[in-house]
Amino acid sequence: MREIALIIRWALSFLAMMIVSFQVALAAQEMTEYRLDNGLHIVVIEDHRTPAVTQTLWYRVGGSDGPPGKSGLAHYVEHLMFKGTEKFGPGVFNRTVQDLGGMDNAFTSFDYTAYIQRISADNIERIMELEADRMQGLLLTEEDIEIERLVVLEERHTRTDSNPGALLQEQMNAALFLNHPYSIPIIGWRHEIETLNRDDIFEFYRAHYAPNNAILIIAGDVEPDEVLQYARTHYGPLTFNPDIAERQRPQEPRQLAARRLIFQDERVSTPYIVRDYLAPERNSNAQREAASLELLAAILGGDGINSYLTQKLEVDVDIAIYSSANYSGQYVDKNSFGLVVVPAESVSMEEAEEALDRALDEFLQEGVEDSQLRRIKKSIHASWIYEQDSVQNVARRIGQELTIGLTLEDIRAWPDILQSITSEEIMDAARRLFQLESSVTGWAMGKPKS
Amino acid sequence: MRRSFAIFLCVSLMVAAPSYGLEVKQVTSPGGLKAWLVEDHTIPFTALEIDFGGGAVLEAPDKLGTAYFLAGMMEEGAGDYSADEFQRRQQELAVDLSFDAYQETMSVSVKFLTENKDESLELLRLALEQPRFDSDRLEFVRSQILAIIANREKDATDIAYMALNKESFGDHPLGDVIEGQVETIQSISAEDLEEFRQQALTRDDVIVGAAGDITEEELGSLLDELFAGLSGPGPSSPPDKAQSLINGGLTVIDYPSPQSFIVFRHEGILSDNPDFLTAYVMNEILGSQSYLSRLKEEVREKRGLTYGIASYLSSYDDVAFISGQFSTDNNTVAEAVEVVKDIWTDLAENGVSEEELQSVKTYLTGAYPLRFDGNSRIASILAAMQRDERDITYFDHRNDRVNALTVEDINRVAARLLKPEELHFVVVGQPVGLESARY
Repeated sequence: MREIALIIRWALSFLAMMIVSFQVALAAQEMTEYRLDNGLHIVVIEDHRTPAVTQTLWYRVGGSDGPPGKSGLAHYVEHLMFKGTEKFGPGVFNRTVQDLGGMDNAFTSFDYTAYIQRISADNIERIMELEADRMQGLLLTEEDIEIERLVVLEERHTRTDSNPGALLQEQMNAALFLNHPYSIPIIGWRHEIETLNRDDIFEFYRAHYAPNNAILIIAGDVEPDEVLQYARTHYGPLTFNPDIAERQRPQEPRQLAARRLIFQDERVSTPYIVRDYLAPERNSNAQREAASLELLAAILGGDGINSYLTQKLEVDVDIAIYSSANYSGQYVDKNSFGLVVVPAESVSMEEAEEALDRALDEFLQEGVEDSQLRRIKKSIHASWIYEQDSVQNVARRIGQELTIGLTLEDIRAWPDILQSITSEEIMDAARRLFQLESSVTGWAMGKPKS
Repeated sequence: MRRSFAIFLCVSLMVAAPSYGLEVKQVTSPGGLKAWLVEDHTIPFTALEIDFGGGAVLEAPDKLGTAYFLAGMMEEGAGDYSADEFQRRQQELAVDLSFDAYQETMSVSVKFLTENKDESLELLRLALEQPRFDSDRLEFVRSQILAIIANREKDATDIAYMALNKESFGDHPLGDVIEGQVETIQSISAEDLEEFRQQALTRDDVIVGAAGDITEEELGSLLDELFAGLSGPGPSSPPDKAQSLINGGLTVIDYPSPQSFIVFRHEGILSDNPDFLTAYVMNEILGSQSYLSRLKEEVREKRGLTYGIASYLSSYDDVAFISGQFSTDNNTVAEAVEVVKDIWTDLAENGVSEEELQSVKTYLTGAYPLRFDGNSRIASILAAMQRDERDITYFDHRNDRVNALTVEDINRVAARLLKPEELHFVVVGQPVGLESARY
């Protein structure tokens, strides 16, 4: 029901930007994989239903990979990538894609930066030429850098500062991660965005934008060997960067103390509680824990009125008017498993939080109901069929999965792994997860106008 | 020469025809109901977009929000299924149902697997014909809607649009907020919802777009099964014709934020006007969401005043608008508003260049086939085209019609449509150097 989605909008809109709540895997599309001599990894996904094609280029660098004190650098560079190169001057990229009737976009997460275009299939070579060209040919004037800084600051205003839910999430991340740079917002802290300069930008660009740090995914009405030929022509001449190594970010120590935040903002109309637990991610050849957590999130909060938390907090008693559970294992390092509870009008935050903790305890006692697990697995199976309707969504998912270090074999195995998870595995994963000392609880509340 | 010319013609015709292979069929059920269909058996599921022609404007003034409330109750149990049984059944069948309320329509978006077709449709039929308004679920949804209303009162975007709609429609129901008001939501009963359902969900005013793994025959019998049990036209009388009340001016609403959210609007052009497509193309140059428009170029690219700015046409049954929106720092609102007015004036007075028009044409005609991206998108486009009373061959000729537009066409419509002095700006924030005014 859409109404509930609206509530999520204010509670979680920032989270929603980067998290695909329920990951699904592909079934029928044909995939072919190549690697160029300079290290570029290529995946072609065929879908011949419509004569359109999507190019996505993924760099294994994101908001958590910048130098200390320079937050927002990855995202700033993403914006500047549209400014022009030695070969194609200012505005040529956008204008060319546009004149060919295509659309283009880009996005930055904690772990990756991605560029995407969708265009009619006969123009594939042209956009491959353009995308390859800006991997190492970027040119920027001072004016480009300064104007785009204003745009990024406006973006931060729009997406974060104007959105209490996003501000709370930023504070929650800063508290959840004691050592890992996931504590730093992708868009950056305002005072640091204001100081990023040309040297920072080009140092970052040269260090991370290289064929051996990128994954090219071409999806749609194309033939794999044709794509390989164009890739050799346009991406082939790019220079291998020998300094690129596997990412090693500071990891979390054992966490010993539950953290609590009270966030007050007069724009919060209905108070709510967010609880984030530090949670493991998907890893190559080790996906069962993450699969168990995805199912756990579905059981607790993703099963409509039959979700465990909905039943315990909204149906059996009138504690909450909304509850949810969110998890994605699509990260390079440990990230989070989140719970949200919006208390009913007459219920205090303390009562609601106690009820949440009680419900989690009871869940750990009672275990998973088999019929619910069977139903959830069925609906996951169906979501794979529905996902195939949009090959660009398939391309985006596979891009995320490859960029965090999974292989195509891992990705192909994922649907079966999800189906094979037992209730015992889910309960074991839940017991490991729900440790208050590795959690943050945030209360979002309004405040009287001063 | 002549021969090569002929070949060229032939090629361009092939391009102009829907080479993306979108074959739209009109299906008439044995019972006389109509739908548009694009058959594609590649993936074993079907998407349906169902659009009923009665929305929130049919509500009684003391029952505002009934349509929205009804949409919220449609998955809360039907027939013999209580809410939890209904949703369990829905998940077992993996059928996707989504109900929405708008001012002039109620819509249902559906996706079902071929293997579960009959059971899925039976569940949908129950939801449409016999929704249960069990009191515990009714009270629960009511409390959610009240929370959404409370949120709306503190959301800059909602505050801006509520004010702009008031300026646009005055007391006409089109200016009302879809979620209703606290007092009206508190007064809505199960009987109100049932009465509204009978008025709004009728088989005489239903539009269906279908795409995917289904044949014409199957779709025909589906239509009859799905809608036979709904009532004919209800006793409702449509509200008075709406008219645009918007006047040039500036409304500033104080809101605690470092950035202001700005919406602006004046009267527009109805979608059945012969010049609508021309206006649409003109607006792409002015303020497209995806194309590098003049607004985006001047306000974002050249001045860095915003993260995003766009203008758009909207058309109701009797009234239409051209509107736009953006956010900017409180210190730069005055400057950005002036830039918007200047762009408006320049386009009205000086029109577009041949080059600009050519560029937007290649963009629009190239992008057109890309929008038919999967069964769900296609189904919803098919429904929208019928709602706008387009001909079923519209898809075949749309790009030709875009290509036939001249600079003179665009400039004529720009000069007539764009009236910078009539723009009403609503600013929600704490802008520096701006005060509410009428002009």
